[in-house]
Amino acid sequence: MSTGQGNSGKYKWIGTRVDRPDGADKVTGRARFGADFNMPGQLIGRVLRSPHAHALIKSIDTSAAEKLAGVKAVITAQDLPEQPNVIVPAGEMQVNLRDITRNILAREKVLFEGHPIAAVAATSDAIARQAVELIKVEYEVLPHVIDVAEAMKPDAPVLHDHLITEGVKPPPTKASNIAKRMDNAKGDIEAGWKQAEVTIEREYTTQAVHQGYIEPHACLASAAEDGQVQLWSTTQGHFQVRGFVSRLLGIETSQIRVTPSEIGGGFGGKTVVYLEPIAVRLSQKSGKPVKMVMTREEVFRASGPAPGGTVRVKLGARKDGTIVAAECEIALQAGAFPGSPLGPACWTSFACYDIPNIKVVGFDVVSNRPKVAAYRAPGAPISAWGVESTLDILAQELGMDPIELRLKNAAKKGTKTSYGPTFDTIGFVETLEAIKNSAHYKTPPKPGYARGVAAGFWFNVGADSSAAAHVAEDGTVTVISGNPDIGGSRASLALMAAEELGVDYEKVRPVIADTSSIGFNFVTGGSRVTFATGLAVVNSVRDMIRELKVRAAKTWGVDPDAVVWEDGMAKPAGSNVGEFEPLSLAQLAATAGKTGGPINGHAQLNAQGAGPGFGVHVVDLKVDRDTGCVHIDRYTAAQDVGTAIHPSYVEGQIQGGAVQGIGWALNEEYIYNAKGRLDNAGFLDYRMPVASDLPMIDALVVEVPNPHHPYGVRGVGEVPIVPPLAAVGNAVARSINIRMTDLPLSPPRLSAAIDAATPKMAAE
Amino acid sequence: MAKMHISTTINGEPTEFLCDPSQSLLDVLRDNLGLTGSKEGCGSGDCGACSITLDDRLVCSCLVLAPEAEGKKIETVEGIAQGDQLHPLQKKFVEFAALQCGICTPGFLIASKALLAKNPNPTETEVRFGLAGNLCRCTGYDKIIRAVMEVAAEMRGAAR
Amino acid sequence: MNDVRYSAPSTLDEASKAMLAANGTGRILAGGTDLLVQMRSGMQKPGVIVDIKKIDEMMDIKDLGGGSFRIGAAVSGAILGEHKALKAAWPGVVEAINLIGSKQIQGRASAGGNLCNASPAADSGPALVAAGAVLSIHGPNGRREIPVEKLHAGPGRTTLAPGEILVSFTLPARPKGSSDAYLRLIPRTEMDIAVVGVGVSLTIAGGKCTAARVGLGAVAPTVLLVEDAAKALIGSSLDEAALEKAAAACRAACKPINDKRGTIEYRTKIAGVLLKRSTAIAIERAKGN
Repeated sequence: MSTGQGNSGKYKWIGTRVDRPDGADKVTGRARFGADFNMPGQLIGRVLRSPHAHALIKSIDTSAAEKLAGVKAVITAQDLPEQPNVIVPAGEMQVNLRDITRNILAREKVLFEGHPIAAVAATSDAIARQAVELIKVEYEVLPHVIDVAEAMKPDAPVLHDHLITEGVKPPPTKASNIAKRMDNAKGDIEAGWKQAEVTIEREYTTQAVHQGYIEPHACLASAAEDGQVQLWSTTQGHFQVRGFVSRLLGIETSQIRVTPSEIGGGFGGKTVVYLEPIAVRLSQKSGKPVKMVMTREEVFRASGPAPGGTVRVKLGARKDGTIVAAECEIALQAGAFPGSPLGPACWTSFACYDIPNIKVVGFDVVSNRPKVAAYRAPGAPISAWGVESTLDILAQELGMDPIELRLKNAAKKGTKTSYGPTFDTIGFVETLEAIKNSAHYKTPPKPGYARGVAAGFWFNVGADSSAAAHVAEDGTVTVISGNPDIGGSRASLALMAAEELGVDYEKVRPVIADTSSIGFNFVTGGSRVTFATGLAVVNSVRDMIRELKVRAAKTWGVDPDAVVWEDGMAKPAGSNVGEFEPLSLAQLAATAGKTGGPINGHAQLNAQGAGPGFGVHVVDLKVDRDTGCVHIDRYTAAQDVGTAIHPSYVEGQIQGGAVQGIGWALNEEYIYNAKGRLDNAGFLDYRMPVASDLPMIDALVVEVPNPHHPYGVRGVGEVPIVPPLAAVGNAVARSINIRMTDLPLSPPRLSAAIDAATPKMAAE
Repeated sequence: MAKMHISTTINGEPTEFLCDPSQSLLDVLRDNLGLTGSKEGCGSGDCGACSITLDDRLVCSCLVLAPEAEGKKIETVEGIAQGDQLHPLQKKFVEFAALQCGICTPGFLIASKALLAKNPNPTETEVRFGLAGNLCRCTGYDKIIRAVMEVAAEMRGAAR
Repeated sequence: MNDVRYSAPSTLDEASKAMLAANGTGRILAGGTDLLVQMRSGMQKPGVIVDIKKIDEMMDIKDLGGGSFRIGAAVSGAILGEHKALKAAWPGVVEAINLIGSKQIQGRASAGGNLCNASPAADSGPALVAAGAVLSIHGPNGRREIPVEKLHAGPGRTTLAPGEILVSFTLPARPKGSSDAYLRLIPRTEMDIAVVGVGVSLTIAGGKCTAARVGLGAVAPTVLLVEDAAKALIGSSLDEAALEKAAAACRAACKPINDKRGTIEYRTKIAGVLLKRSTAIAIERAKGN
């Protein structure tokens, strides 16, 4: 289903739909995920969590739990060292160490329902659960605040007495829930408004949504008496786990070895740590391995959702559709501690468009909810919901086709963004054209159905990666990297290695190494693995090829410069052409002992030049006016991916992201009751899309290569969740002639809006 | 508490185990018998990752009490392949990239196999409703549905 | 530690005795799809679990003729759904029971368990109320029968006395020209609890509705038998005016709450919408019978 420039046709392996290396393991139940690891003599760890949204902890009495037969260790925040007030990178976001240790085990206060207070390790799960119930905590319950707009009010209950808003001059003198204000701008916004012939302004809201990975957080820790720690964890970044355990428990980093399990989904939610420091501390205290697995309810109550927020958007345009001014004000829930994905929400807001005058203001707001975590293009879907909905209103106002309006204002090579960088080669226009020329867009919606369109942007990420390539004695190759494979990245890395080396894909075995067996790798996230770790793999193979050429030169008694590597073989070059028979990888491997020993390659880098990605989605849907239920008939998602290394997994990322966005648009939300407790902490009432809710999702793969990657890779995973919220919202607006501004577009909400807009006599 | 002694057949093998009376069959499969292919995504029957068949009937093993397995026939994901031969569904899931992270895959395979056993010629809508009890958060279901439809067509072809 | 015992008696008397002896800590295990969830969340901590699936009568479907069936309370939805004669005679009842959860849940969940869990949103409730199902209950003092609408006392509470077990429910015989339908409103297409559920059973003779019953779920503490809605249908030619009158009766009968699944206004409105839609389906089916 590949379209666009089809540069994948240039390659032997890249662009082919090979079977993934871990395929058989994952269809037979052999693959080991987080909860599948066990050790002899292991204990089971469980966490006591706060029933209150906001309360002072007056005292914690663990004595009864400690006395229970089978209980081997009990810990509270007192068992973790206090941390300094410093900000460090954590996955795709930033965290404050002082905050994160409090997020892992509450100290002075509990700040959300589900906040961990204490943990036990016992010889069985049943005993651990019973022990948790025996811990007595005395609370002083405080007034709580859940909603972001409420939390910003001057008389709102304040979560942190020390929290002074950053980014405001002069700094406020009083603590509030507004952790940060962020500004970015381009041009002269006031001058822009003066040029505008049409101005549209709306305010939108979204609710917190969970990443919804099917595998709960899990780990197994074994701390030995000599200080060495072994840890198995389901994570998007085992090096980050190592780093956090090291910092939070004061253990030297090299003493900790973290092995990533297979990971059952993450979408950003497994880039931070919850259980690991607790499990390690319990293991240290008990002298036994400790296994911890969250229940689904714990995942919902206490692991990071994506924030909800409010977005006010104002657009000014000329009558021909040229947008001359754009303004956006975003307030995001950070959860209990500062640090929402505010930056990306602000920066991505107008990134699709070449607009001369832009003003963006953002606020990071704490409230009594679990601390948010990254979720696929963190922050971007929220601002896109506002911007892309407002654009649709503008298109309707101007009587323009929504694709034409976007084409008219599309960012191109040379467009300067509001947040700084100027775009190099990008594929937004090509992506819009792909939709415009698609069978879907050329066919009108079925009778009774309406169509919505929206676009989305993500930077894509580079950052730190290490890789190694080893030639085995028989000439087969192992490629070692350090990023958990969350959606088929082993296959993409092996494809690039095979292409680079000129050998069959089947001869390359990709392996994901633990933290002690490969150099540092940043998390699997931000759509960086195929780009950045792919680059490291390519470079490691190139390093190995350099060595292979040296060995061939040695065999032939020529200068290494007189050897070329082609089609998986060393061949003589220059004046030596025809002098020697080419040497295959297998031949070079067989003689390696005589030519200098093992043949390996290594690479480590901080990948620069990540290529931004753009997506455009179109959806046809129908709203049942009597019930408010939405039926999606057809969905097409186009995206510029640079180069589709493995087209099936590229399509899969696009399809999966689109469906997560559809869920965000239609039914997913965190629902809190008056006591500040989450009312829908389970898959029954947190309504993620099921198979019967959806049509096929057509993925149009557009390939405008990234000039900063040898194979043109951009990254795929983040962009597809950005457009669906507004694509669905725009289709709903055109279906019922009512512009909905608050997500989710659930049946009761749509029904109420339809009834409110319907004259009374018609309703009865 | 007194353990109960239970005799069952799992993936064709006569199997005995001791369990607590209130243990779920999923916990016994995973913790007592080392059959960790069945996954726990929710523990409440809402995700289908622990799907097994019990006397050929598709169920969530998290919602079966271990003692109920007495005298029954159980099939888990570990029993789908025959020797070194993957089942057509397993092959097609890999070929079609019908899995990304793979945590829901065992449940989908068991549910798909049960679906095709009852309905060898399902429509897309029937497959979608038949698999609605299995959550997948990675794929958006597209490639899973295609894989199941394709296997159904192949198996019908082979049966002809 | 919580010391649980499991027993799987083969007679009703044994089961009843085991429940009585448990002194309030006994829990019946049929399909287990509610019980195991409640045990896991700590909501239920039973002392004794009485598995009643070894009792023949609990697992039996008997065709009594004339469209009447006696169905064991522990028969799973999947087995009911595969019973062709039952499905032809009572499509609304079967579709209601088949809407309880996924295929996996269907493999276990029973109408009896669904009823005894006593959720006002249980799908089997409105359809069985509309059908006029009669429950057979076995207890320490022998058998008694009650109409299904008398089972529920409130959310999570039944009128069963200690030691009493729901054994079966009987769907009555009914004349030609009869059928039924059940519709529920859920935000997704599957895997949800009804926001509103409406069951309609009716008989048409000579173009007129001669009998009708309407059951309404998830809009009050218990499943409702809406007699005013039935009255609006009976004697009419099932025209739009009669349907609207019945819909209004359903709306008037609603005493819903605002919760995570829906608002008072929404539930009230949907009760009327679904009455019309499910009646339309029942009419089509009755015409074919």
